Amino acid sequence: MIYQGKQKIWADYQKEIPDNHWFYVRSCIRQNFFPGAEKMFMEICRDLLKKDIFETENHTTCGGIAYHCDTIPQETVMTIVARQFALMTEAGYENYVASCITSFGNYIEILETWKEFPELETRIRELLWKACRREFNKPKYVAHASDLVYKYRNEIAARAKYRLVNRFTGEPLRGVEHIGCHYAKMFPARGIGGAEYPYVLCGMIESWGGNVIDYPERRHCCGYGFRQYHVKANRGYSLSNTHKKFESMEPYHPDFILTNCPGCPYFMDRWQYVIAETEGKTYGENGYGIPVLTYEELASLVLGYNPWDIGLQLHQVAVEPLLDKIGIEYDPAEKYKGLNEKEIMRPELPGVLRCC
Amino acid sequence: MDFGFKLSPSSAINLDKVNLEKFEELHRAEPDVYKCMACGSCTSTCPANKYSGMSMRKVILALQRGKEKDAVAMMKNCMLCGKCTMVCPRGINTRHLILSICRIYEEEVK
Repeated sequence: MIYQGKQKIWADYQKEIPDNHWFYVRSCIRQNFFPGAEKMFMEICRDLLKKDIFETENHTTCGGIAYHCDTIPQETVMTIVARQFALMTEAGYENYVASCITSFGNYIEILETWKEFPELETRIRELLWKACRREFNKPKYVAHASDLVYKYRNEIAARAKYRLVNRFTGEPLRGVEHIGCHYAKMFPARGIGGAEYPYVLCGMIESWGGNVIDYPERRHCCGYGFRQYHVKANRGYSLSNTHKKFESMEPYHPDFILTNCPGCPYFMDRWQYVIAETEGKTYGENGYGIPVLTYEELASLVLGYNPWDIGLQLHQVAVEPLLDKIGIEYDPAEKYKGLNEKEIMRPELPGVLRCC
Repeated sequence: MDFGFKLSPSSAINLDKVNLEKFEELHRAEPDVYKCMACGSCTSTCPANKYSGMSMRKVILALQRGKEKDAVAMMKNCMLCGKCTMVCPRGINTRHLILSICRIYEEEVK
């Protein structure tokens, strides 16, 4: 492979990302799955790197989850999104950053639809005014939170306490990246690296010292697929898609999986447990699974935050083997202690998948 | 444990009566063989292609279709120059793959 050639392809899909002044909207499901991730995004970007990132408690879901489950029409989603834009306008911001990949895809899809059908935008403005007496300006830039971390990746690397290097062998850690489907598959030009070679997560892994490993089903869906999971009769299909990905990446022995979507880390993490219980198969070393991390969690780890403060105890797959490889110090006794030493309860250990 | 759902069996029906045992062995030795997306970059850069019809893309396809003899006949024209490895967008080590094919499909090579 000619690396420069690949870089040229990526260069065609570089998008402009403003350095500062962002209006941040959270995901509606991430807080339940991995609550540390969004907290760490704010801590790293706002408190550590001193960027102006504003968020308000008044924002709601973007409606994308219901839209992709086919339970609400697009006009409803557009009105919800118009209200989010109104909140941004009222706060005095022009740059909009979403924590969720589906939200990001949803915002881009709506803005592109309004560009093609301006009469629809006028109608949504009317609906929003009737519903809550608000008006909005369209954002100047829409980015996903991983775009921002990608932009700040070298600043993070400069402050990093740890590198993604196996301290036992001295080799770079082998990471596989999984990009959420709604990041660039719908509008390739809106993602860093496009749909075929998304570079957003690769850039982070490379900057922080790791190696990116390619595998055949790299661009396959994580298995969530909204209706595939939410309708219980289809859930086996969701599991089968995740299984296909793991079977494909298994021969490459990855040390970790990096994701940038709310659903992907959850399903790739939890389905490893279900596959182990139903098929008796595990994909990591010595009976463990392959740890699945979000980009905020990985950034926090290299910056030297306590793994239990960033919520890694909420992962089904044990992260301790990865922490040991990087050389991150942690206290196993503190794993299930929350704020102010409060015991957050110890989960029952699974039968097949090895956990700490 | 019963979760109320399980892995769905593949709904693909394979009507080919081809023995893919050797290809599976090749896949175990060279997992990258499944990475190929048949873009043809290897073929377009192959110096032997113009004169002999050697095509790495066709070799991989032929092996999956049970046309081992055709694949091996094409591969006999390979000079192991490695240009295909340099241009592969999926980073497949095609030269190593060719050597593994020669080892696994030894009988057909003879």
